[in-house]
Amino acid sequence: MSVPSQDNAARTGLFARAIIYSALILFAVYYLLPLYVMLVNSLKPLDEIRQGNMLALPNQWTFEPWRSAWSTAQIGVSPTGLKPYFLNSIMMVVPAVALSTVLGAQNGYVLTKWRFKGDNIVFGLMLLACFIPFQIVLIPSARILGLLGLAGTIPGLILIHMVYGLGFTTLFFRNYYEAFPTELIRAAQIDGASFFQIFRRILLPSSGPIIVVTVIWQFTNIWNDFLFGSSFSSVDSIPITVALNNLVNSSTGVKEYNVHFAGAILAALPTLIVYIVSGRYFVRGLMAGAVKG
Amino acid sequence: MLRKLLIGTMLSGAMTAGFAAPSFADEVEVLHWWTSGGEAAALDVLKKKLESQGVTWKDMPVAGGGGEAAMTALRARVTAGDPPTAVQALGFDITDWAKQGVVGDLTDIATKEGWDNVIPAALQQFSKYDGKWIAAPVNVHSTNWIWINKKALDAAGGKAPESWDELVVVLDKMKANGISPIGHGGQAWQDATIFDAVVLSLGTDFYKQSMIDLDPAALNSDKMVEAFDRMSKLREYVDADFSGRDWNLASAMVIEGKAGMQFMGDWAKGEFLKAGQKPGTDFVCIRFPGTQGAVTFNSDQFMMFKVGDAEKKAQDLMASDIESPEFQSAFNVVKGSAPARTDVPDTAFDDCGKKAIADLAEADKGGKLFGSMAHGHANPAAVKNAMYDVITRHFNGDLNSKDAAAALADAVAAAKG
Amino acid sequence: MAITDTAKAAAANPRATLQDWLPKLVLAPSFALILLFVYGFILFTLALSFTGSKLLPDFSTWVGFNNYVRLFNHPNWIVALKNLAIFSILYIFICSVLGLGLAILLDQKIRGEGVIRPIYLYPMALSFIVTGVAWKWFLDPGIGLENVMHQWGWESFSFRWIKEGKMAIYTIVIAAIWQSSGFVMAMFLAGLRGVDNEVIKAAQIDGASTVTIYRRIIIPLMRPVFLSAFVVLAHLAIKSYDLVVAMTDGGPGTATWTPALFMQKFTFGRNEMGMGASSAIIMMIMIFSIIVPYLYSELGGGKKQ
Repeated sequence: MSVPSQDNAARTGLFARAIIYSALILFAVYYLLPLYVMLVNSLKPLDEIRQGNMLALPNQWTFEPWRSAWSTAQIGVSPTGLKPYFLNSIMMVVPAVALSTVLGAQNGYVLTKWRFKGDNIVFGLMLLACFIPFQIVLIPSARILGLLGLAGTIPGLILIHMVYGLGFTTLFFRNYYEAFPTELIRAAQIDGASFFQIFRRILLPSSGPIIVVTVIWQFTNIWNDFLFGSSFSSVDSIPITVALNNLVNSSTGVKEYNVHFAGAILAALPTLIVYIVSGRYFVRGLMAGAVKG
Repeated sequence: MLRKLLIGTMLSGAMTAGFAAPSFADEVEVLHWWTSGGEAAALDVLKKKLESQGVTWKDMPVAGGGGEAAMTALRARVTAGDPPTAVQALGFDITDWAKQGVVGDLTDIATKEGWDNVIPAALQQFSKYDGKWIAAPVNVHSTNWIWINKKALDAAGGKAPESWDELVVVLDKMKANGISPIGHGGQAWQDATIFDAVVLSLGTDFYKQSMIDLDPAALNSDKMVEAFDRMSKLREYVDADFSGRDWNLASAMVIEGKAGMQFMGDWAKGEFLKAGQKPGTDFVCIRFPGTQGAVTFNSDQFMMFKVGDAEKKAQDLMASDIESPEFQSAFNVVKGSAPARTDVPDTAFDDCGKKAIADLAEADKGGKLFGSMAHGHANPAAVKNAMYDVITRHFNGDLNSKDAAAALADAVAAAKG
Repeated sequence: MAITDTAKAAAANPRATLQDWLPKLVLAPSFALILLFVYGFILFTLALSFTGSKLLPDFSTWVGFNNYVRLFNHPNWIVALKNLAIFSILYIFICSVLGLGLAILLDQKIRGEGVIRPIYLYPMALSFIVTGVAWKWFLDPGIGLENVMHQWGWESFSFRWIKEGKMAIYTIVIAAIWQSSGFVMAMFLAGLRGVDNEVIKAAQIDGASTVTIYRRIIIPLMRPVFLSAFVVLAHLAIKSYDLVVAMTDGGPGTATWTPALFMQKFTFGRNEMGMGASSAIIMMIMIFSIIVPYLYSELGGGKKQ
């Protein structure tokens, strides 16, 4: 991959580079600070948190808050910790991300390579879906889920998350495929390749970067959702954010901040891992299309 | 086709889903927001008891915003036609739901067990709608308490204040002793909790006229201006960092002696007990000066939804277990509140708990048991929150007392309309 | 064009007719779902905003524009609109500048880019349910930054904005920038990496300085990225809800109310669903008035290809 600024970099002096590095490190501190506060305080006993300095390292290290958040903290009536809710979230997130990504890819394919009259209007209408505040769709969505018999089930949550992710996934894929040479498609069609064959054999193999972007975006949004999770789940489908919120937001009780922070990091681990592992592809994917005007 | 579906949805959105999804017998699904250690463990007693009777407890906790998140979820559940069996609810929210025609009927079991005779009438006002029992009250919290650090009180003369003037004297002494006299958290509901007590201290009739009857003449009156003046006075004794502080951190200030006293409902007691403090020796519980003999309360109740015949049995059993004296005692000892029925022995309770039970009985007899405005037991949510806005703006110095009284009357009028 | 020609030529062939319809059939389910779940529900909300609904939707009490009148007479809504103006202007401006700045710095062949980039990006991955608590702590003078500075010996240090009605909204800006500026940085970084090398080389041959090259050539090329960033940020700003709840819940007093908070509190906390719906409609109008012109220019550009 060509990096245009290489030549610029070579010409900047030692002094300038020192400033650049200082600035970058300074901002790294700014971004890391809240995570550091959470991490350090999750390793302290509660007394030390009450009295101490929030930035100081623990005097007395303890992993008890982590154990508690994972397996013994009170989430509802039973002291189960966050453990049982992880699986619910995974069973909800994986299909929802997969479905919205596949549909988004096909929509992008149609909207760029099989253009029809009014396709821009269709796309514009789909794109506007990204911007609807979720609070206003709560009650009517509940009604529809009730009519479909999906109220309080994981498939119901999957459906809702898929629908409200379609705008973004379609946007990502459409912008990506827009840059894809149409000549290749034409050639394949003349060779007799069908609609789906072209998609599978030609577009899909080169869609890696944009799939990464879409998956990251969707995974993060759905994993972190609280409103739908609390409203459309029932006993067997409570997702992790609702459990975490129950842990953190109890109204009248002792607040065990160390357990809260440990729980928060635990609940965020899947998204953190996704970001760190695929961060490199993320920028590459954005570059390849998602931000193109 | 699509349009038809769309219009159908919009119209049917207007309906109220008064039917239950098919479900299995002998189970109850319970939506609540008791998720912190103590209270959840207390609720577990109920769960275990039901399980011993062959009823499965399906737990659906949604915490946050003092029940606001749970009420949001409940709307979705009811709209989807899939309401839980029982829902923790407060005050006027119960009445509001009853108006939608979606709640169940506990009258049979209530009559059989004679609830009418043992549950105070002020609570029944919320547990019943249209003459029918619709909810099972779990507890009575009273909100006009002061929790005082004993050492700080001793250093300030040692006598618990019994009038407004005595309170100011004690606060001044505490200030002179170099501590923050009042431990307080600047959140709208906490400001309103103090306001409740202050209004009540200006007379039980005044409380009833202004907070419950919403009489415009009482809301914008000289007395109300005085109430706001008292709030301003109390504001002088609160430390500078109070804004946004959680109530339990304010309790911690009192426990540690950094603050002298806290005005808070009796759930605060749990914080003191958990810190190893003993009532009478480490901390003192008194009624807000000028409100002795009267109680402002809030009561957690389990509101029952319409269910099929099969589930009805389990629902009745749950309601019956909630009202059993053993559960009332076991739960409320942990929760810090008083039992919802007046015939529960107070032997298991500590001194503050015994006082709460006695005060409650006295206030009930004397007709001085009032729903707390701050906790949604004096007026519906729209009015309550409109009052919050004014109280909290005044407490934060955005309004003077005279304007605040006028704004209170205006806000209530607007919220009612 | 080749595609349409082929389709016409094979019109008699039923399989080819199917091929012709297939694209639309593939698109149809998504489009139908969005029509219902987005536009249907917007219409539903619009209708709701003209009713006196309280706890649940109730279409038996029509009140005309009464909810809108009450809305714009409500002091909290006015506060919310002012806050939205302050918040969105600062938030969008600072995020864009910071994002571009950091992207340019990171684009200077930095060693350890692979470490720094995820550090900038990760806040987007976390839910505000708890990072909000961390921020609340950090900004609280009693336990946070001010306290730490005092313990380190800087006694006169004072930072108590979150406790002050006039300044509290700015602390929310700080936390919001923390959350999303890394994402904007990634967008700009991607944009910078896409700039054509030849253009820059030519400028260098002409003797242009690095600063000039960035100012005159590279940054103007970032125009589409600015637009994308603006759309993403604007919609985050208008929807800003969870961070406000986690940090101040609208306080001190009512100083940090935002329109999203207003809608949530009125619809679900205050049992004023009709009024909540009217605030939602105003929010939708604000969002659409930003997004639609953008889309228009965006899609107009798309046609040229």
